[in-house]
Amino acid sequence: MSNEVENPTRRRVLVGASLVVGGVGGVSALTPFVASWNPSAKARAAGAPVKADISKLEPGGQVIVAWRGKPVWIVRRTAEALANLAVLDDSLADPDSAKSKQPKYVPGNAARALRDEVVVMIGLCTHLGCSPTYRPEVVPTDFDANWQGGFYCPCHGSTFDLSGRVYKGKPAPTNLEIPPHFYESDTIILIGEDGGNA
Amino acid sequence: MGVGNPNRAKAESGIVRWIDDRFPLTQMWQDHMSKYYASRTLNFWYVFGVLALLVLVNQILTGIWLTMSYEPSAEGAFASVEYIMRDVEMGWIIRYMHSSGASAFFIVVYLHMFRGLMYGSYQKPRELIWLFGMAIYLALMAEGFFGYLLPWGQMSYWGAQVILSLAGAIPVVGEDLVQWIRGDYLISGITLNRFFSLHVIALPMVIIGLVVLHILALHDVGSNNPDGIEIDQNKDENGVPVDGVAFWPYHVIKDLVAVGVFLTVFCLVIFFFPEGGGYFIEKPNYEPANSLKTPEHIAPVWYFTPYYSMLRAITFPLFGLDAKFLGVITMGGAIAILFVMPWLDRSPVKSMRYKGWMSRLWLGIFVVSFVILGYLGTLATTEGRTMVAQLCTALYFLYFILMPFYTRMEVTKPVPARVV
Repeated sequence: MSNEVENPTRRRVLVGASLVVGGVGGVSALTPFVASWNPSAKARAAGAPVKADISKLEPGGQVIVAWRGKPVWIVRRTAEALANLAVLDDSLADPDSAKSKQPKYVPGNAARALRDEVVVMIGLCTHLGCSPTYRPEVVPTDFDANWQGGFYCPCHGSTFDLSGRVYKGKPAPTNLEIPPHFYESDTIILIGEDGGNA
Repeated sequence: MGVGNPNRAKAESGIVRWIDDRFPLTQMWQDHMSKYYASRTLNFWYVFGVLALLVLVNQILTGIWLTMSYEPSAEGAFASVEYIMRDVEMGWIIRYMHSSGASAFFIVVYLHMFRGLMYGSYQKPRELIWLFGMAIYLALMAEGFFGYLLPWGQMSYWGAQVILSLAGAIPVVGEDLVQWIRGDYLISGITLNRFFSLHVIALPMVIIGLVVLHILALHDVGSNNPDGIEIDQNKDENGVPVDGVAFWPYHVIKDLVAVGVFLTVFCLVIFFFPEGGGYFIEKPNYEPANSLKTPEHIAPVWYFTPYYSMLRAITFPLFGLDAKFLGVITMGGAIAILFVMPWLDRSPVKSMRYKGWMSRLWLGIFVVSFVILGYLGTLATTEGRTMVAQLCTALYFLYFILMPFYTRMEVTKPVPARVV
C-alpha cells in the first residue's frame, strides 16, 4: 500500500471531522465523572434548618450549634460590650458590613443583630475557614496589646470584634457571615430560614 | 526472529536468549544498568534520587497493607487507625513506616532538588528531566495533602479545610469549586471517600508514570555531575565515556551504602521518634475530627510550611486584589516559578563550582529564606514573625526574578575539559 494520498483535501476533511466528532464525544463522556463530584441528594437533604434555645444563655456567653455541619455561634453581649462596639469603627475593615454576607433584614450597624444583644454568626473565618476562638475579655493578649474582646482566628491571626466584624490589616477579607435566621419565640431562634423576613 | 530492532543486544543462549527473542530484556538491562555510564565524580549529593525511589516503594508497599485495615468513612476512619495501631498485629510499624515515610520522602526530595539547583542539573539538555521532576513534586504534595485527611483527626480535618478554602479565593467560581471538590457543604465523609480514592489509586499511578518519564529522560541524556561537564564529549574507541563508570555495578554499590545509612536513620525514627516531635504526626491528630472546633494552634505538616508561611505573609491588598486571593497567588507562584528554572538561569556554566559569587550568594539566600519560612509556618503568627515572613517571601522570589540578570552579569570561572 502506498502512503501517497490520492485526494489530500478529502483526507484532511475526513481526519478533521473524525477528530471533532471524537473530541466532542470524549468531552461529553466526562459529564458523569464531573457531575458525580457535586453534593449528592443525601448531602443536600441534610442541610435542614436547626433550632437553638437561648433561654439559658448568660450575658457574655456563647452557644455553638451545628447547621449544615458548620458551627453557628450565638453570643449574648453585655451592655458594656455593646456600647464599646461603635467606638471600634475606625479600626475595622468593613464596619457597616457593606461588603460582607448577611441577610438584608439584619441591620448593617455595629450590633449586626435582629435583637441588639444577641448576635448569630457562622463561626468560620472568611479567610480560609478555620473556626475562630471566642476571646470576650478586654485584656492585652499576645496577638493584640489593645484587645477589646472578640474572636481570634488561630490559623492566620485574623481578629474580629464581638459582632464578627474583621479588623483592618488582617487576612480575612470580610466580616463573619450571618446565616438566615429568625426568632420563633423570645427564646427560640431558628437558623437556616428567613421566617418571612426576606 | 521478530520485527523489532534487529541490532538489539541479545544473550548467546539459554533462557535469557529465549526471552530476548520475545522481549528486549538484555537491551533494557544494558541501556539502564550495565551500559548506562555516569561520571566517576558523582558525590553523595547524587544518592537522593535512588533514596526517593526506595521511599516510593516503601510508601506503596505499606500503603497497600494499611488499606487492608483502614476504613474510609467519617464514622470509622479514626477508629480504624487506632485499630491498626493497637489490634492489628505489627500494624503500628506499618503505619509508622508510612507516616514517617511521607516525611522522609520530602526530606530526600528537597535534598535532591537542592542538588539540582547547586550543580545546574536543570540546564540544557536536562530541562525535561527537571519538568518531570517538578511534576512529581507537585503530585507528591497533592498525595501528601489527600493522605493527611485520611486519619480523620483534628489536624487532618482543619488542615484540609484551610487548604481547600484556598480554592475559594478564586474570584467568581471559587465557592462553587470548593463545594464541588468537597461534595458537601463542609468537609464530610463524602470528601474523605474521594480523597481516599485519589490517595490510593489516582495519584500513585500518576506518580509512578512520572517517575518512569523522569528516569527515561535522565537515561537518554545522561546524569549531570558536580562539575557540570558533559562526559559524552570524551569517549574511547568503544564509544564509552572515559570519565564514566557503569551504573551497574559501580554506582549501584555506592548507592547501597547510602541506602544502608538511610535505613539506619529511618529505623531509628520509626522505633524511637515515630511522631517526629510533633512534626511528622501532629498532636491534635490524636483527637477525632470535630467540625465545630478548630484546634488552638493549627499548622500543616512541615513539608508544606514554607508555602503556608508565604500565604500568611500576604496581609495587604495590592493591584485591586484582596489579601486572601493575593496570598493564594503568591503560594501558587512560589511553586510555579520553580518550573521555569531552566529558562531563568542564563549562565554559560552549570555547576556552582564555576559560577560567580552572586549565584552562590543568591542560592544561599534562597535556602536560608526557605528554611526560615518553613520554621515560621509551624508557629503562630505575631507581628514580628509576619514581617520576617514577608522579607523571606520577597527574597525567595528575588532569587528567581533576578536570576536572568546576575547569571549573565557575573564572571564565571573557566570550566575544565574533563571532570576533576
